[in-house]
Amino acid sequence: MIFLLFLVQTVRIAIPYLLAASGGVMSERAGLIGLTLEGYMLGGAFCGAVASFYSGSAIVGVLAAIGGGGALALLYAVCAIRFKADQVVVGIAINLLVIGLTRFFLRLMFDSSSNSPRVPGFTVEGGGSGVGALVRNPLVWIGVAVVPLVAWLLYRTPFGLRVRAVGEHPTAAASVGVPVNRVRYLAVMLSGMLAGLGGAYLALDQHQFTDGMTAGRGFIALAAVIFGRWDPVRAGLACLLFAAADTLQIQLQGVQAIPSQFVEMIPYLLTIIALVGVVGRSVAPAALGKTVTE
Amino acid sequence: MNLAEPSMAPVGDAPTPAHAGASSNRVSRRAALEEAVLPPLVALLLAAVVGDLLILAFGESPGAVFRLLLDGTWGNAYGFGQVLYKATTLVFTGLAVGLGLRAGLFNIGAESQLAAGGFAAALVGLLLPAGIPALLCLPVYVMAAAIGGGAVGAVPGVLKARFGAHEVIVTIMLNFIVLALLNYLVSARLAVPDTLHTPELRSGALPRFADFMPAFQGSAANVTILLALGAATVLGWFLFRTRAGFELRAVGLQPRAAEAAGVNVASVTWRALALSGAIAGLGGLNYVLGYKHYYEEGFATGAGFLGIAVALVGRNHPIGIVLAALLFATLSQGGLAVNALVPKQMVDVLQAVVIIAVATSVPEVRRLLRGTRRSPER
Repeated sequence: MIFLLFLVQTVRIAIPYLLAASGGVMSERAGLIGLTLEGYMLGGAFCGAVASFYSGSAIVGVLAAIGGGGALALLYAVCAIRFKADQVVVGIAINLLVIGLTRFFLRLMFDSSSNSPRVPGFTVEGGGSGVGALVRNPLVWIGVAVVPLVAWLLYRTPFGLRVRAVGEHPTAAASVGVPVNRVRYLAVMLSGMLAGLGGAYLALDQHQFTDGMTAGRGFIALAAVIFGRWDPVRAGLACLLFAAADTLQIQLQGVQAIPSQFVEMIPYLLTIIALVGVVGRSVAPAALGKTVTE
Repeated sequence: MNLAEPSMAPVGDAPTPAHAGASSNRVSRRAALEEAVLPPLVALLLAAVVGDLLILAFGESPGAVFRLLLDGTWGNAYGFGQVLYKATTLVFTGLAVGLGLRAGLFNIGAESQLAAGGFAAALVGLLLPAGIPALLCLPVYVMAAAIGGGAVGAVPGVLKARFGAHEVIVTIMLNFIVLALLNYLVSARLAVPDTLHTPELRSGALPRFADFMPAFQGSAANVTILLALGAATVLGWFLFRTRAGFELRAVGLQPRAAEAAGVNVASVTWRALALSGAIAGLGGLNYVLGYKHYYEEGFATGAGFLGIAVALVGRNHPIGIVLAALLFATLSQGGLAVNALVPKQMVDVLQAVVIIAVATSVPEVRRLLRGTRRSPER
């Protein structure tokens, strides 16, 4: 029973990681650094909550979150691809932009500096955190399905082949007629939509938007991408691992044995260890972060 | 991760006289200056437009809001003092990021290095006996803050030099790790009960401006700003007048060429990141030594990331960084000044717009200027 509870809680926590990390894999495999995942998620959560509030429908909220994440990704792509801006700088700035915009519009729309009003979600409010609530939430199913879907897209379709080519060797891809920039735009926007969906899950699960509610989850998703060595399935497993660590931390609250701060560090420590190459060297897509002149 | 160094170049290689050939020195200098000044101007213009839109969305008059923003910052001694205080921290984090970029390295860890520097200083302050004159304590505090920040900066440096681990990812991850660790140390070990800060330093606090200029009453401006200006001067001298600084810039511009010329790239890499961290760590003194006289959870929030903006807008040059720090400090303080009319978060948006616009227009401006200038020469 305790094990089942642990599993349910882990899946609940893992869903936004899975969505964002799948998006992160797409973006990074196409050669664009996924620093913006945090911003997409926060933007998606906000759009999701606002649209759900005004329409009274969680589905409209989900669509708005996908649109919001996609729009932010488009901004990132235009800066990084069209204007060849430095991806790290623009990525960080977009995260700051989203923090500022969500706070500004929180004040403008709801006259609050901390949270939105209650919004409709897929689950009944206060419906508990059991198995029933979990399986009735369609976003959970999407989150679980997205990992094999992205793996299939990346490894089994012409588009996926192009994405990988563009991320590894854009000049070679261009020489055989791959529209490098168009593929990059598509991959980045897909990543924004997926991460935005992850944000929507957070907002709709809690039935409101709260300021800064993603709380670094986008960076954990990025950590999962790197820890999973840029492979969708391994990244998904990393998400589950990190979510299990989160769950452990929640379960251990009150127990003095391990301070929660040390459990918090696990994903980040593992990522650094993975980068250093103790457990198999992580090798990034060769053209990651490079500007390409098509 | 194997991010290409050349992609960092648009940020890292700010125009310097070193680019100029001897014959066309003056023309190139002017071109370099235009290349440096145009993007920030474009950015400010764009920020003004976005600001207008946000203000109009809130139903206020842009003119009134921007006037209030100026009045509340440069218009009175208190506001100006707050600007100076905020700018002091930003000069340190801006110099830290700028130094890294000069070496072609992106230090995103200023946030946690700043906190670690402040923490180390506060810790030393608890160990010092009471009643020692501030001037005698100062070197000890400077050492402590530099070591605290430098240690955090050295980790990505060593991992990059030794294993090729990309410093962007390592510094981001390290931010979370270090802040969690400090949070544990403070909340579980050192905090004054019911607070999130350590006990006060026993001696060596620096005077505030208000102590000798009553007009600054209430503002946090303190003499740490002299330390910041000193750091900017020393760094400028180091970068442009010493052999080590030359090697550092050479690695930033062309690591392979530098290597071929006999520069030890790995050694320059880790030293640059450690030094970058040490400078960011010094920024902690502004809060710990000059303002509150203790380490408090979250005092560094945002200042590290804004340091990236400051370095970018200041084009990685010490003078530019000081000016950019004043600009961003004015925006931060201005947000509080206009909060009665429009949400102060407006300035967060404007700051982000400035960063995006500068980052986006730098390569574009360079292309345009070079396109028009170079073609007839060839």
